[in-house]
Amino acid sequence: MRKFSLSVLSEVFAEIAKNATLYIPATDNAGGAKFTKWAEGVEYLETLNTVKSPKDFFFPHTEDLMEFKVTGKNIELFDIREESEDFVVFGVRACDVKSFDILDRVFLVDPVDTYYASRREHGVIISLACTRPAETCFCGTFDIDPATPAGDISAWKTEDSIYLEANTAKGEALLAKLDVLTEECDTEAVETQQEKIRKIMDKLPLKDLTTDSFGGGKTLDLFNSEKWAELSESCLGCGTCTFVCPTCQCYDIKDFNTGNGVIRYRCWDSCMFSEFTKMAHGNSRLSQLERFRQRFMHKLVYYPENNEGIFSCVGCGRCLSKCPISMNIVKVMKALGGEK
Amino acid sequence: MQKITRDVLVNKAVSLLEAGEVKAVLGWGKGEFSYDVTPTVFESADELRENFVWNDFCGANFSKYLVSKTRKIQGKILVFLKPCDTYSFNQLLTEHRFDREKVYAVGVPCEGMADIAKVKALAGDGISAIDFTDAGLVVTTLYDDEPKTITYADALAERCVNCKSKKHVAYDELLGESGEVLESARFDEVEKIEAMTADERFAFWQGELSRCIRCNACRDVCPACTCEKCVFDNPNSGAENKAPATSFEEQMFHIIRAFHVAGRCTDCGECSRVCPQNIPLHLLNRKFIRDIDNFYGEYQAGAEVGSRAPLVDYNLDDLEASDVFDRRDTE
Amino acid sequence: MNNRTETLIPVVGVITDVRIDTPDVKTFRVVTPEGKKAFDHMPGQCAMLSIPGVGEAMFSITSSPTNTEFMEFSIKKCGCVTDWLHQAEVGQQITIRGPYGRPFPVEEEFKGKDLLFIAGGIGLAPLRSVINYCRHYRDDYGKIDIVYGSRSMDDLVDYKEIVDEWTKDTNVDVHLTIDREQEGWDGHVGFVPNFVKELGFDTNKTAIICGPPIMIKFTLQAMVELGFNKEQVYTTMELRMKCGVGKCGRCNIGSKYVCKDGPVFRCDELDELPDEY
Repeated sequence: MRKFSLSVLSEVFAEIAKNATLYIPATDNAGGAKFTKWAEGVEYLETLNTVKSPKDFFFPHTEDLMEFKVTGKNIELFDIREESEDFVVFGVRACDVKSFDILDRVFLVDPVDTYYASRREHGVIISLACTRPAETCFCGTFDIDPATPAGDISAWKTEDSIYLEANTAKGEALLAKLDVLTEECDTEAVETQQEKIRKIMDKLPLKDLTTDSFGGGKTLDLFNSEKWAELSESCLGCGTCTFVCPTCQCYDIKDFNTGNGVIRYRCWDSCMFSEFTKMAHGNSRLSQLERFRQRFMHKLVYYPENNEGIFSCVGCGRCLSKCPISMNIVKVMKALGGEK
Repeated sequence: MQKITRDVLVNKAVSLLEAGEVKAVLGWGKGEFSYDVTPTVFESADELRENFVWNDFCGANFSKYLVSKTRKIQGKILVFLKPCDTYSFNQLLTEHRFDREKVYAVGVPCEGMADIAKVKALAGDGISAIDFTDAGLVVTTLYDDEPKTITYADALAERCVNCKSKKHVAYDELLGESGEVLESARFDEVEKIEAMTADERFAFWQGELSRCIRCNACRDVCPACTCEKCVFDNPNSGAENKAPATSFEEQMFHIIRAFHVAGRCTDCGECSRVCPQNIPLHLLNRKFIRDIDNFYGEYQAGAEVGSRAPLVDYNLDDLEASDVFDRRDTE
Repeated sequence: MNNRTETLIPVVGVITDVRIDTPDVKTFRVVTPEGKKAFDHMPGQCAMLSIPGVGEAMFSITSSPTNTEFMEFSIKKCGCVTDWLHQAEVGQQITIRGPYGRPFPVEEEFKGKDLLFIAGGIGLAPLRSVINYCRHYRDDYGKIDIVYGSRSMDDLVDYKEIVDEWTKDTNVDVHLTIDREQEGWDGHVGFVPNFVKELGFDTNKTAIICGPPIMIKFTLQAMVELGFNKEQVYTTMELRMKCGVGKCGRCNIGSKYVCKDGPVFRCDELDELPDEY
């Protein structure tokens, strides 16, 4: 394990930024935090969660896929894919790190999504243990330990220092570059820190939330539950939960005519939107109840059914704090029998 | 702190429900924490007694729900309306969006609602309890820190700091007392933006709107946005988008929306309340309201049912388009 | 990066023939600009066709895999992409990618069996591929029955091929029906589900149904009444799709993605899924 004093934080950032673009949580100038490209003067903001999750780094909100030039009856197609540049993200919380595994199981299975894969290969994740989990946190429900975050490098922040431990070859290579700024140390301070975190975890109001009632094989029971009507009653049908969610991965593919060619791009989509499943001759989910149910069934039943029991939620709590009507996965799970 | 108590509201709802006067009650439902309140349709006295909430986090405006709920529920629905909600209620009636006969409107006085973001900014994250005391909101956290007291004034949502009216402009029955239309400072921020140079103003809005994630929450919560099919949801409109193809489009969404609700927006502030990115969307709407006031005389959408909004009305004294253009240079 | 295959990136295709099948169905022949077949497929699989600037949509490949020269798509005019295609002329380039989805089990389950194909309207399009595949490898399959119905005589897709080729094959019986009486039609009149019941097939057959959802539903009921097990009946589904490979998240029925786990389903598999299609 290596450590460095908080007083040299900006030197460490500068060193990392020599070889790769570095992103750190910084103010969004509106009371929240967002991952911001580091440059001299960008201050690290100690925050629990950024408003938007870091899924943007691998699965951006919008991205151009290809271009076409149409001349008369002819079409020319341009593969505009470029290899991603190396980048490092510092300060990713344990829940968000786990979300990358969940996205990998979608984008990296055959046929591999090369846009995503390239970014994944070139990104290095430095996670950061949560010193102060909040009331909206329920990562423990999904067996995520905020005191031991995964990632290429795990980091812990104490009053005066940051401790680093590499978990992967990519992480080791990066840590090696920081040799001069960091020093070898024992794990005592980190263990003390972990103790403190676990004490807070024991006090979290959502600590008893369980996944026992959910998972593969429970489709028909849960799908036909009468609770959905009540739960979805006041859902506005907006995409807030989807767009702040680190694991929501639905997308749309659209064409944009620039006047000088056509760009085919991909953008996030939401199963909460009314036209998500609309076809020329009909729509398989006509009511908000059906759309609402789809979102939670996907996270709690369909995804685990296809992915060895892994749930498509990491308990980050973003939907809890951002939903305009304060309806969220916790309330859904409790209503459907998910509390000890 | 709200002066009228939860019990008064619950008792009213229970008695009307049990008497069969109403079939359902649209009210605020209990959440996981002290502050996450969900708009809820209550259909039994037990549900009301157990889950109905009335506190400083009951900001949600139910007027828009009446459009769908009055179609769905057989019989009358009771709705609780704060003073600002009654303006949206009237505006929807002006636009014939729901059947007034199917609604029993109960006016409730409001002392202003708290903004949880403001509370968290002052008290920190990890809130385990909020007590509503005379001195303010007493916030306890998970971290063994001393509980913090936040005054109601400090916790007040922006739209309530600049409350335009404590007067209920619509109700079947009023609980407590109705107040007066207030002199508010709600246009101060607009004036500041107007005083900017065009470049500064552009930079200001670009900075704010660049955070937009196109979740559509502002539109979906807006009581003035009740089109059966929004142009932005129609794949055949040429304007349908879930994500902006360009940064210009991103801004256009909000500007188009502001234009569409101009003259109909009551300034209820729901758009800014729900924005996950804290974009001050209400400022766009207030700019329109202020311009309409300046150009056509003061007009408050929703103040009365059936009023002709200046933008859809005509009289000989109306400002000419060229006058507006000329004014642009002097501003 | 550009040497890695990306399924979302199509290839250019050329429309080399347009056949008018019915007032709202046309069949398009597509090859690459070099005049070759764009890719191989199995019966029941689909391809994404697009017109840049208009959109991309999933279509079942109507031609049989045994056709090594080109692919055909029978397309009903009903939305943005299809409207545009219906105006396209020979020589028009489009884009194409695929093949997508689980095909009919022609090599496994269907081999050696008597087959009963039941189609309604444009539902013949995906079945034409498997019918012609089985006709090509005729000796591998038993008796073939084809029940096909449409609103009117004019709405029968591939009528010429049916009359000129299918009806002339040995050990192939074609049963046509239209919804309402029509001048010049001396065949059966009535809806497909009732027609199937009237015809009353042996329950040892493997059946393949495709058509509008309501037709599939009632035909399946008729089959069960005739004594068929759902394990003997296959169908092919259609839901909104964008990626074609189970990632964009919109064509699921429960945990199954129609683009990847379908479009072909055995009817007993559908019973395990929520009723949301």
